Amino acid sequence: MLETRGLCKSFGALEVAREVDFRLERGARHALIGPNGAGKTTFVNLLTGVLVPSRGTVLLEGEDVTALPQARRVKRGIARTFQINQLFRGLTVQENVCIAVSERLGVGGAMLRPAGARAEVIAEASRLIDMLKLGPEAGRRVAELPYGRQRLVEIAIALGLDPRVLLLDEPAAGIPSAESHILLDAIATLPKDIAVLIIEHDMDLVFRFAERITVLVGGAILAEGTPAEIGANREVRSVYLGSALDA
Amino acid sequence: MSAQRKAGVSAATDLVRRHRFRPWELLPWIAGIAVFFAFPNYLAFGTQVLITILFALSLDLVLGYAGIVTLGHAAFFGAGAYTVGMLAMHWGWNEPISGLLAGALVAGLIGFVSGLVLLRTHGLALLMLTLCTMALLEQAANMGAAWTGGFDGMPGLSFGKLLGLFGFDVLYFRSQYLYALAVLLACFLLVRTLVYSSFGQSLTGIRENLLRMHAVGAPVRSRQVLVYVVSAALAGVAGALFTQANGYANLAVLGLERSAGVLIVLILGGYGRLYGAFVGAILYMVLEHTLAKAYPTAWQLGLGLALIAVSLFARNGVIGMFDSLRRRFAGAAR
Repeated sequence: MLETRGLCKSFGALEVAREVDFRLERGARHALIGPNGAGKTTFVNLLTGVLVPSRGTVLLEGEDVTALPQARRVKRGIARTFQINQLFRGLTVQENVCIAVSERLGVGGAMLRPAGARAEVIAEASRLIDMLKLGPEAGRRVAELPYGRQRLVEIAIALGLDPRVLLLDEPAAGIPSAESHILLDAIATLPKDIAVLIIEHDMDLVFRFAERITVLVGGAILAEGTPAEIGANREVRSVYLGSALDA
Repeated sequence: MSAQRKAGVSAATDLVRRHRFRPWELLPWIAGIAVFFAFPNYLAFGTQVLITILFALSLDLVLGYAGIVTLGHAAFFGAGAYTVGMLAMHWGWNEPISGLLAGALVAGLIGFVSGLVLLRTHGLALLMLTLCTMALLEQAANMGAAWTGGFDGMPGLSFGKLLGLFGFDVLYFRSQYLYALAVLLACFLLVRTLVYSSFGQSLTGIRENLLRMHAVGAPVRSRQVLVYVVSAALAGVAGALFTQANGYANLAVLGLERSAGVLIVLILGGYGRLYGAFVGAILYMVLEHTLAKAYPTAWQLGLGLALIAVSLFARNGVIGMFDSLRRRFAGAAR
């Protein structure tokens, strides 16, 4: 469904993505892991069009989308969340999600009809808010919410775009572990044909969620496989645990 | 119904009801008509207040709702003012309503061309470019004396009857006042419709988080340009009204002082709040009028002190301060 071929990105002499060949299948539950500075968020930025690759291509369902700007890729079904919350902080949770749903339904630029008269937008936003158990905070300004609840608003916005490919950049960061099941439940209720790529440091969550894992180190893919294969991979363990493993 | 579901429904209901007219929204218009009967000797001043409200409303659309910071909004006010003046002076086109439309069209066009260039930038660069646009127009008006009257401007302009029926009475400003009130009402209804629409909601999204708006697939720049054009056209209408009401246009309509003045109006009243323009314009002009009468040489000091007080104690302007108080009392009541 989403594929990269020979994807490279450099900032001057610094190479942050090196010949990345990656494939995300339809309906996949895929995790991208790697130590800090491995280039995971850069990779997501390349997939979504925030960054333009120095070399290589990004393909969505076989079509080259490398030159498409971010907004056009979103229209084609690539949605993302951010590692650090990017929300409309002065607006309510309901409004945050409504903005995303309005854009997806193509009414975000409508100038005459009140936003409050768009029953279909409000109903869809309310459904997502309920799904993520954000109902009690729906009328509150996002800035007033605890960070963990804001993370769930991030996900609600991304789901409001009804994506075919969902890229979650450290979605559980800041969510109390007691609430991480809400996140997993939400992902579990997504239609099976949506491909989900999760970038996460919480290995417990990664191994519970992912059917396939890719390990990125220094901007290049170190290993890829099932959770069992990755768990048993000596190189991966060495990257995560350092030389103690080799001793 | 569970508490969670109830809260969710309540938030959705708030959104559904937000755009509906509330009874108190009639107050500014009732007050506007009351002024006409109660203060017949102040209608010239009242007309200037109405024009300032309209100008501030146009700025609120870009600054308060879309978060586009500008110090050059007088460029569009001046474009409208000069368009009407030049049409009347060189072509004898002095029909008021078509003059307003011409002012809106020219200002909107300038907004479109300049917006395409300057809305590629943000922050200080944007601020400087808006200033440059205004300075360019000011210099063009200064140098094109054959068309604009140069430094002296275009004095002694006269305008035809409104709808062929109501002449402008120079001494008492009765027609001008009602005319300005009617134009303000029409423009206000347009702005109100825009800010409560999905487009308006997306503008607040752009103001709140540009990065996220790109990530939800919104065509951010075209929306910015569009709102900039609408705002420029409205400022053009305000400028055109100014020329028609005063019978002259000169370089002062295009200056930094006018841009800064309208910004102060919004800061005083509260930006991004629709009625902040009303409160701010009335406060600013009444303060200016009263202080200038009482202390002709030091009235700006009083205005400065008022601004400092608002900046320290009412960061979202007077309307914002009332909003905070209302929320606090509502919270205490719960």
